[in-house]
Amino acid sequence: MSVVVRIPTPLRKLTGNQGEVREEGGTVREILDGLESHYPGIRERLTDEAGELRRFINIYLNEEDIRFAEGLDTKVKAGDEVSIIPAIAGGAR
Amino acid sequence: MAFREDQIARYSRHIILKEVGGRGQEKLLSARVLVIGAGGLGSPVAMYLAAAGVGTIGLVDMDVVDVSNLQRQIMHSQSTVGIPKVVSGARTLSRMNPDVTVVPIQDRLTAENAMELFSGYDVIVDGSDNFGTRYIVNDAAFFLKKTLVSGSILRFEGQVTVLEGHTEAPCYRCLYPEAPPPGLVPSCSEAGVLGVLAGTIGTLQAAEVVKKILGVGELLTGRLLLYDALSMTFRKLRVPKDPHCALCSPKATITTVSGSSEWVCQVPAS
Ligand SMILES: [Zn+2]
Repeated sequence: MSVVVRIPTPLRKLTGNQGEVREEGGTVREILDGLESHYPGIRERLTDEAGELRRFINIYLNEEDIRFAEGLDTKVKAGDEVSIIPAIAGGAR
Repeated sequence: MAFREDQIARYSRHIILKEVGGRGQEKLLSARVLVIGAGGLGSPVAMYLAAAGVGTIGLVDMDVVDVSNLQRQIMHSQSTVGIPKVVSGARTLSRMNPDVTVVPIQDRLTAENAMELFSGYDVIVDGSDNFGTRYIVNDAAFFLKKTLVSGSILRFEGQVTVLEGHTEAPCYRCLYPEAPPPGLVPSCSEAGVLGVLAGTIGTLQAAEVVKKILGVGELLTGRLLLYDALSMTFRKLRVPKDPHCALCSPKATITTVSGSSEWVCQVPAS
């Protein structure tokens, strides 16, 4: 299953400045495996030592937060869009 | 409340809208909004609220205006470099609209002062620059049952949402349960920020505040609006209330405002 993965600007250094990449996989976890194999170092920005999604990173499958679905085991299908949304705090300075 | 003639002229474009009208303009004139951060986001928020005739605008910021602020912090100017941002901001707002009472609070928002500062306001706007402050703002707004209009920016991207954890809607901790550890997310001063992005996101926050005061339209409660200036795209994602939220769920473990507002300011760029 080929899905589009949207990369937020803070992580684009790892994807050669691409804001959108394509990955293959049947679950979000497999998509992340694909990302790591193409863009080494990206996984540790998204998941912790136990392999759980970090608590200040959200991954959306289309419009829905996967934390409220099956987490990293959430199934994806061709044409889906996976978005990585990190917390950002800038505003005043 | 009877409008003066100059007020009817000033607010005529509002009064003519049936969603605002005289009643709505009265609501704006009696509303009290607290803006956290008188910088990139706080500038457009406060300026549009002042122009709209929001009666009382509180500004919280401890910094002084620096020349590096002027690329995006449009409430300040060359002539106010070196003076407190809240004083510079209050001057700009009062000059725009003498109907507005500006309350300059030159202080850092802390776990200790947040509840007292927030208690006199109807709506809280977060335009702060660090995660520590964002969690303090969220928690205090929740305990006081205030609507929180949250905006954040970095590089070319911004996020806006309206948080009402005291209702069926989510709070900031439902969206992001924990702040990143120092070092993982760079701040604007290290990572840069497109100046006009502050205007886009701050203006969207101001629109949500005005809608909340008027009670019109659909707010971004339970929604996260993402803006990417490079691709010029807006996206709206759903944010559910977290049934395990440490603050606003039945399983809450947080009972008071705590934490520090300083620790994430000086992260090294990653
Ligand atoms: Zn919550």
